[in-house]
Amino acid sequence: MAPTAGATTGAFFETAAFAGVWARELVLFKRLWRSTTFSSVVEPTIYLLAFGFGLGALIPEIDGYTYVEYVGTGTVATAVLFSSVFAAMFNTFVKREFLKTYDAILVTPVDVKELMGAEASWLAAKAGIYGCAPLLVAMVFGLPPSWGMLAVPFIAALTGLGFAFLGQWISAIVPSIDSFNYVTSAVITPLFLLAGTFFPLTNFPPVVQTLAQFNPLYHCVQLVRNASFGWQPAADLLHVLALIAFAFLAAFLSIRWSRKKLID
Amino acid sequence: MSTPSPAIVMHDVVKRFGDTVAVDGLRLEVPTGQCMGLLGPNGAGKSTTMRLLTGQAHPTSGTIEVLGLPVPKRSKQARARMGVVPQEERPEDQLTCREQIRVWATLFRVPRAQRAAAVDRALAIAKLSSRADDRIKTLSGGMKRRLLIGRALVHGPELMLLDEPTVGLDPQVRQELWSLIDDLRNSGVTVLMSTHYIEEAERLADSVAIMNHGRVVALGSPMELLTAHAGTEAVEFYGPPERLAEVERVVAETGLPTRRNGPAVSVLRAEGLPTSVLDRLGQGTRRAATLEDVFVLLTGEDLE
Repeated sequence: MAPTAGATTGAFFETAAFAGVWARELVLFKRLWRSTTFSSVVEPTIYLLAFGFGLGALIPEIDGYTYVEYVGTGTVATAVLFSSVFAAMFNTFVKREFLKTYDAILVTPVDVKELMGAEASWLAAKAGIYGCAPLLVAMVFGLPPSWGMLAVPFIAALTGLGFAFLGQWISAIVPSIDSFNYVTSAVITPLFLLAGTFFPLTNFPPVVQTLAQFNPLYHCVQLVRNASFGWQPAADLLHVLALIAFAFLAAFLSIRWSRKKLID
Repeated sequence: MSTPSPAIVMHDVVKRFGDTVAVDGLRLEVPTGQCMGLLGPNGAGKSTTMRLLTGQAHPTSGTIEVLGLPVPKRSKQARARMGVVPQEERPEDQLTCREQIRVWATLFRVPRAQRAAAVDRALAIAKLSSRADDRIKTLSGGMKRRLLIGRALVHGPELMLLDEPTVGLDPQVRQELWSLIDDLRNSGVTVLMSTHYIEEAERLADSVAIMNHGRVVALGSPMELLTAHAGTEAVEFYGPPERLAEVERVVAETGLPTRRNGPAVSVLRAEGLPTSVLDRLGQGTRRAATLEDVFVLLTGEDLE
């Protein structure tokens, strides 16, 4: 007897569609988790060693934190950025243009918004987990654990969600895979440096400090620090709202442009 | 008893890409339980037609119904009940056959309790049971194509769309795939298959729709198409170019169609060729009319 396909519910986002796309990612992850985990842990370790011991010896403290505390919390944002935006840019492009995976998935009961949403939420979940790696590494180097740090996976996942959608959108607007070099240099690197990860922005001209308010990564860094060292409820609420707004905007852009690319 | 409604109905469908008209007023009905071949040269609009049926292209005008559902509006519901074998996809090399099909079982929402059995059944249909746990990168081209067919069948679809299922495969591997598609049709699944191999359409299809410039120019069983357009016999004349030109000139007076066929001229519907003409032209080689004759007559294009 042939199995019967599950009926569609007509919901805007169907969980069954998400489950299907996640099933694909999960089975691939079973093959690739070693290398992913290795780079997610080794990279922040190198940053912490280099900056912590190199610069940390020269800098007694920043904003009242030791340099390891400052960089350890800041590099959470770096890990989130790398695991979400780059993965989304490259994987989305390759699956859409070279492997034709998306064309194949779109003949199943999954539509473009579910496909992009499922892939972004998968990257967000990964960012939530791997975003904690720098924190754990920093603890080895003297970062004191705190209860607030339990919020870090959620901060990382929320940030990762926005950046995953952003990466998908970038992959849909670039003319070729080589264009990612321009995007990395002109967009991602400034975002990454002007987020208060390795140094505070207080010495920059006011215009740069204002611009930083529009950098989602900046909000992520602030939230992670406050989660680790003490919440600032009013400011933190705004940081969370900024990240939510970013995720919605990026989701809108990604789904709209992906649909243009995938549906004639 | 009423006859079941057609699996696919396309009514006056137009699809433009900017100034290019890919599909130009297409009318097509695929009866439930049939295997229909969509035969046409490259650029005839076959792939666009396939994408229109899966909601991956939206028509500029016209209406489409798949399994009784309006498409693209309710394409998702239709897709849950159909299987599609795309032409270009490259499945993930690192996965095993079983893993790949299992992912598709989840995408097609096969209930968890039935998933393992559905995967085994799909592997058996694709004749890949013995390779179930081998990685896809170790499979031959023909096996990969069978995997894609098995994958598309995992949820027991009522309708299968196959886009150029054997393109780029060796002749003996094509035979294997053909028997697989035969089995499908025999099990009651409606099949729409695009191809530009005449032999494939002739061998597999209950009916053939010949497409050219975005529309169906002829439709019928291979036998009906032959009778309607190419008759039963063709006569081929060989010789130097002057001789071929002379044959064409003489036959043109009779109103019978001719086509150049490599080093020969084929006179079609040759059963109606007057003996007086044959006497003038001398000895030709008689052969049975083929679907290729019909195709070339209707599209003006030579095929593989």
